[in-house]
Amino acid sequence: MRQVLSRRDFIKISSTAGAGLMIGITLPYKDRLVAAGVVEQTFEPNVWVSIHPDNTITIMAAKSEMGQHIRTSLPMIVAEELEADWSQVKVAQADAHPDKYGSQGTGGSGSIRRSFTRLRKAGATAREMLVQAGADKWDVSKAECIAEKGKILHVSSGKTFTFGELAEAASKLPAPEDPLLKNPRDFKLIGNSMPGLDTPSRVNGTAQFGMDIQVPNMVYAAVLRCPTFGGKIKSFKSQKTKKVNGIIDTFEIDDGIAIVGKNTWAVIKGQRALDVNWDHGDFANWNSKQIRDMMEKKGAGKAIVAREDGTVVNVKNDQIISAQYEVPFTHHATMEPMNCVVHVKKNTCEIWAPTQVPQRIQTTAAKYLGMDVKNITVHVTLLGGGFGRRLWADFVTDALQVSKRTKKPVKLVWTREDDIAHDFFRPTSIHKLQGSLSKKTVNLWKHRVVAPSISGQMAPERFKNGRLDRSAVNGASNLPYAIPNVLVDYVMTNTEVPVGWWRSVYNSQNAFANEGFIDELAEAAGKDSFQFRLDLLKDSPRHMGVLKLAAEKAGWGKKLGKDNGMGIAVHESFGSWAAMVAEVTVGEKGTLKIDKITSAIDCGLVINPDGVKAQMESAIVYGLTSTLKGEITIEKGAVVQSNFHDFELLRIDEMPKVNVYIVKSAEPPGGAGEPGLPPVAPAVANAVFAATGKRIRRLPIKPEDLI
Amino acid sequence: MPKFTLYVNGKTHRLNVVADMPLLWVLRDELGYTGTKYGCGRGLCGACTIHVDGEATRACMTAVENLDGAEITTIESLSLDNSHPLQKAWIAEEAPQCGYCQSGQIMTAAALLKRNPNPDDADIDSAMKMNLCRCGTYGRVRKAIHRATEDNG
Repeated sequence: MRQVLSRRDFIKISSTAGAGLMIGITLPYKDRLVAAGVVEQTFEPNVWVSIHPDNTITIMAAKSEMGQHIRTSLPMIVAEELEADWSQVKVAQADAHPDKYGSQGTGGSGSIRRSFTRLRKAGATAREMLVQAGADKWDVSKAECIAEKGKILHVSSGKTFTFGELAEAASKLPAPEDPLLKNPRDFKLIGNSMPGLDTPSRVNGTAQFGMDIQVPNMVYAAVLRCPTFGGKIKSFKSQKTKKVNGIIDTFEIDDGIAIVGKNTWAVIKGQRALDVNWDHGDFANWNSKQIRDMMEKKGAGKAIVAREDGTVVNVKNDQIISAQYEVPFTHHATMEPMNCVVHVKKNTCEIWAPTQVPQRIQTTAAKYLGMDVKNITVHVTLLGGGFGRRLWADFVTDALQVSKRTKKPVKLVWTREDDIAHDFFRPTSIHKLQGSLSKKTVNLWKHRVVAPSISGQMAPERFKNGRLDRSAVNGASNLPYAIPNVLVDYVMTNTEVPVGWWRSVYNSQNAFANEGFIDELAEAAGKDSFQFRLDLLKDSPRHMGVLKLAAEKAGWGKKLGKDNGMGIAVHESFGSWAAMVAEVTVGEKGTLKIDKITSAIDCGLVINPDGVKAQMESAIVYGLTSTLKGEITIEKGAVVQSNFHDFELLRIDEMPKVNVYIVKSAEPPGGAGEPGLPPVAPAVANAVFAATGKRIRRLPIKPEDLI
Repeated sequence: MPKFTLYVNGKTHRLNVVADMPLLWVLRDELGYTGTKYGCGRGLCGACTIHVDGEATRACMTAVENLDGAEITTIESLSLDNSHPLQKAWIAEEAPQCGYCQSGQIMTAAALLKRNPNPDDADIDSAMKMNLCRCGTYGRVRKAIHRATEDNG
């Protein structure tokens, strides 16, 4: 007997299986059915696809959704090979699992490019088994049948079965070892802009972020940390906190003092009322200027070579140009501050987290609690922005300690002030550049990157013997320009300020330096900065492709007003190429308006064009914030900024006109989330130069840089 | 503890909460209206925008004691089936990215359209500029507001 599950049953079952509000993300579909004792005849040829007897298809997303629409584009890849009808497709979010889905880490603009082939195979496997099941039922050869729009068709007779009707039969067949993949020419979904599967829930308040999770008997917690990096608690008085209505308890944890209460407001007030005597530690003597001085000093010393081409000394008769570029610490500032819900039980633990690293959270919890990973369940909620911040598990460690002690499910909420003060900041950096021109062509390029190292801070022992942190020179060591003599080296300048991966990581700084300085060389050579680049990129067709496309669409070289300027930049990162032309207006009093950004991206084969376009728009706005605002400064060893009044983001009235052009390509897919960011700052800086004759070598751009 | 009466999305709620609790936490923690978001707690980002007696208001800055008897409208009451012109326009433009700020964006836009059914870009910028979006959906938010007014005829 076939049992078809109605939507209402589905919700009922999911409600009994877990927390009521967690419909759709509590447990994988199959587990819910099994838990409810429903006989199920779902066809599950692999972990990615489940075809249900009611003809719906659930496709598993094992990457985190933080606005990049991967919960739409990943299922598109499976559905394409499966020949599913898109209206049948639902997406489910995978809980953390050590190995079932491979890496669930979401970062490095890697969700599509690292899953593309695997997901195609998953869809193709299911399709071939369904075709076989149909052929068996009709007693015809497999070659006579095809899959089309969620059905198996016997071509000559026109007879069809829905996928759902074949689910049971297909589930009894062996999986083909090497399923045939479609010819990309025949793609129907891939290459089309599909509506975001999560978009409806994001416009009516039903989208469930970590912050929205509620489970029965839950308590709330905030944590007060020492504002100074490396500081500790000497002592604290909690009498005032305990008087706050709704406070349950206050106690010390590893990274600060936890305040536990009956609602969020109680713990926020309780946090404010705490009276702490901090041991601020040695770093309390540091400020931004001292950090910069230290970097300057170290930057003049010994460096580790990252790339050396030709000889870098034979430039005696050349024209030498030198410049220094600088970039500050900056912040991720996800709109949803750090949070999670954790329930430590006797032998198990259940976690709901907006995280880019479900598996890291699982292992962190297992280690902390001394449990096996299989006893740690991690549900991944929607993320209110990630940008690299949610690659860390620090907020979960807080909550684990509170839940273990209170023996209750705990919702841990960071205030915006906590979030600003305790980020893993995009590293500040200094870039010392030197170039030489021989007969107006570039003979030498030297780029010294001076910056804190993310890896070096995480694992200092790995870098003790002068090993290079390759990521710190990403975007610097792979300079694309055909220059005979190149030296790129790196000086590590770590401090107590925590540093981390931020959208495009070191590419953001290195592209600013590269693309600003190549403009300076073009100027010195008396050449047009677009043509100058093209001449040096003859062996880099994909750089040239995006550069030409952006320049053409922007109308490079067109006549502009006296206060206007146009600047160009190109950069490769995360397997994709992006170029931008910025148009700006600079007012007499140093006002800077970004009028228009024309951008081009070559990210290989495009799955969901509107998704790529949205990611470019997003990277441009994110990049503009760090170009124009968004500076984190340090005083007395702590972050000066505290909320959006002094850590400002770009606003709608500052939003330029943005055009995105996508290069048509059949190359393997590249990344889309980050590659649009690195060219933004240099394109704007170069446009400012075109408008004013003033070189911008330090971010963010300030009015005094323009007058 | 003081008792308050709130009218939220057409329903009457009697509450036993501290007088200074911001509406944001009343909605989210006490009443389960989690569509209204916490972003800054200081009226700086707009993620918590709701309507109080029809006016766009920052729920994080409005203590419950000042709302006794007020009519409160949250994102959940625009329509759960996404039939409101702004929701339709937001979907058509694929405006949201992560989506966290979008409830606030839409509620601010709804208040704008009530005052000014045909805003131009400058009107939109002026009404929306206190609503922050880190994903950078501003271009699409503008387009979606225009589209919603067109659909209204």
